[in-house]
Amino acid sequence: MSWRHKDLLGLRGLEKKDIELILDTAAPMKDIIGRDIKKVPTMRGKSVVCLFYEASTRTRTSFELAGKYMSADTVNIAASSSSVVKGESLIDTGKTIDAMGTDIIIIRHGASGAPHLLAKHVKARIVNAGDGAHEHPTQALLDMFTIRERKGTLQGLTVTILGDIFHSRVARSNIWGLRTMGADVRVCGPSTLLPPDIAELGVKAYTRIDEALEGADVVNVLRLQLERQQKGLFPTIREYARTFGLNQERLKRCKPDVLVLHPGPMNRGVEIADDVADADFAAIEEQVTNGVAVRMAILYLMGGTSSGIAH
Amino acid sequence: MELLIKGGRVIDPANGVDQIADVYIENGVIKAVGNSTGEAASKQVQVIDATGKLVIPGLIDIHCHLREPGGEAKETIAAGTRAAARGGFTAVCAMPNTNPVCDSQTGVEFLKARAQATGSVRVYPIGAITKGSSGQELAEMADMAACGAVAFSDDGKPVPRSDIMRLAMSYAQMVGKVIISHCEDPELAKDGVMHEGYWSTVLGLRGIPAAAEEIMVAREILLAESVGAPVHIAHVSTAGSVELIRQARQRGVDVTGEVCPHHLALTDRAVEGFDTSTKVNPPLRADKDREALKQGLKEGVLTILATDHAPHTAEEKAREYNYAPFGISGLETAWPLYWKELIETGCLTVNELVAMLTVNPARRLGLAGGTLTVGSPADVTVIDTERKETVTLEGWQSKGRNTPFVGWTLQSWPVTTIVGGRVVMIDRQLVQG
Repeated sequence: MSWRHKDLLGLRGLEKKDIELILDTAAPMKDIIGRDIKKVPTMRGKSVVCLFYEASTRTRTSFELAGKYMSADTVNIAASSSSVVKGESLIDTGKTIDAMGTDIIIIRHGASGAPHLLAKHVKARIVNAGDGAHEHPTQALLDMFTIRERKGTLQGLTVTILGDIFHSRVARSNIWGLRTMGADVRVCGPSTLLPPDIAELGVKAYTRIDEALEGADVVNVLRLQLERQQKGLFPTIREYARTFGLNQERLKRCKPDVLVLHPGPMNRGVEIADDVADADFAAIEEQVTNGVAVRMAILYLMGGTSSGIAH
Repeated sequence: MELLIKGGRVIDPANGVDQIADVYIENGVIKAVGNSTGEAASKQVQVIDATGKLVIPGLIDIHCHLREPGGEAKETIAAGTRAAARGGFTAVCAMPNTNPVCDSQTGVEFLKARAQATGSVRVYPIGAITKGSSGQELAEMADMAACGAVAFSDDGKPVPRSDIMRLAMSYAQMVGKVIISHCEDPELAKDGVMHEGYWSTVLGLRGIPAAAEEIMVAREILLAESVGAPVHIAHVSTAGSVELIRQARQRGVDVTGEVCPHHLALTDRAVEGFDTSTKVNPPLRADKDREALKQGLKEGVLTILATDHAPHTAEEKAREYNYAPFGISGLETAWPLYWKELIETGCLTVNELVAMLTVNPARRLGLAGGTLTVGSPADVTVIDTERKETVTLEGWQSKGRNTPFVGWTLQSWPVTTIVGGRVVMIDRQLVQG
């Protein structure tokens, strides 16, 4: 089976077989990362541009290495040091990159829907690396890959997403992907950080963390943007940590073999306790490795050949 | 110069007329409505055959943006009034949020002069409530009223301070004019780009809650009630606003409200593909709001239909959704959209629809037109209710091409527009001149 779409803009609307294809493809990719010589010729002669309008270390590096491990030519553009500061529109920037023969554009943008706008105006394939509070499909895919690796399946699992759901593209992509894969999804956070009508996305919404954690197989802890406090969305960081921070005591309500995820970067001692972040049942570093594998899979599905990859 | 519009179904709600008749126009005024007289037939008369069509008073848009001066790349008075003519409008009320803001006699005189020189239809200036529409100090409303401002509004933004709005209502009433309020709580609506609800959650776009509008509607009602002054609520978009206006009218508050075509034809679901032509303020709301607007019109809670024609350049709209300006270019598709949403659904009678676009806005603002009364200015629109057209940008007159309705096949279109006895559109073709 092959990738049936031009772009990867979000997980909403993708079918189970699309998601399975990516996750299945990511497994052999992960082997490559573990090799001594991390280089396969799969994407030789293909060009990948990372167009990042927001600061990012993890995601950008992950995409860049994913491309490089497969011999693609990768270029990074940070909007802060590009013609964007001269006032160039996203469409014009996209067309310029397109005209250079780029095969895939990876875009990170603070405005929801920016990848969709770009996709309408360029020939290159578009991968959404996070747009506003809309979607972050590759993060959700690596989360699902990690869960599947640890649990064997996604079907029937109870996954609790904890934190600032309102502003989180990670939460939205996880909700769509996990629902499609047959998991039960709970979201939990202060009422001021739960978006309106969230239950209509097919999840259960909680404001009491103990209830949200009861019997959970997986807890995905979101990063709390500390500046949200200044906007009045919750009273103090201290109260947030006391009320919604994940700690060992609270984790007892989950299944004994609970898996804890965090997309990073973490605020240790705020949304996640130190001893939770570093525990065996947390897979936070593993997520980072899996992120490269999943992104390799996506780039491969969009433009690679099969040489050098074991199936 | 004489004109005979023959054989149409003449609907003139102000005079209780709904019959097959001829309309005879002489020297720019309505001379007779009835059966064609031998006298008229014998003269040198331009005859327009309206058999099978509606002949109605020229449509009046109580709310549009012509952008001149300052925003000529978006729209000009020339282009905007051509768009109006093409949409069957013979008069438009121009909002003052130009650059500079129309907040003085000079601004009103400029608009009148430009409309006289370049306009295809009548243009009625709306003056600003506050200087520069900054919400701080009252603008010279008496002066503006004396030279032709027909109402006052800071449209595009609310008047944030309740004390200023209260003074404005009192002062406007003194000069015999109505305040038109753009109802939006600035803090609640802050950074919002679409309706707050399921779709804003799905799309990750910042929502504008219904309460942002309703809080200000409630405030304006309470202020108007306490001052004993009239107030008109622009672009009513939520079920809650309809309910507030309903209750206020029941207890005798002089409050009216208008509805825009896009709020009847679309909901927030239309934002799904991030198409910036759906970005409008107030935003496209939920299904229940759309239904409440229709119910409000049906019950007579809301009595005026407007376009909120808000043209923008293509490059301004070719942006990320967050960064594109709010507004829909609406003059050229208003009538068929009203027809689709209000007549084809059985919500309103044709007579009610015509009244809401003619005599009702005219009476609310004290404008001359809106009827076919003998002796009144000959502003007449002919509608072909059988005509089907697919909306395209070919022949589009507004400089603002920001419409979400391209590709929609709609029935019932204005075919002829007559302003003061002058034919500005005939058989869907604009008349040069």
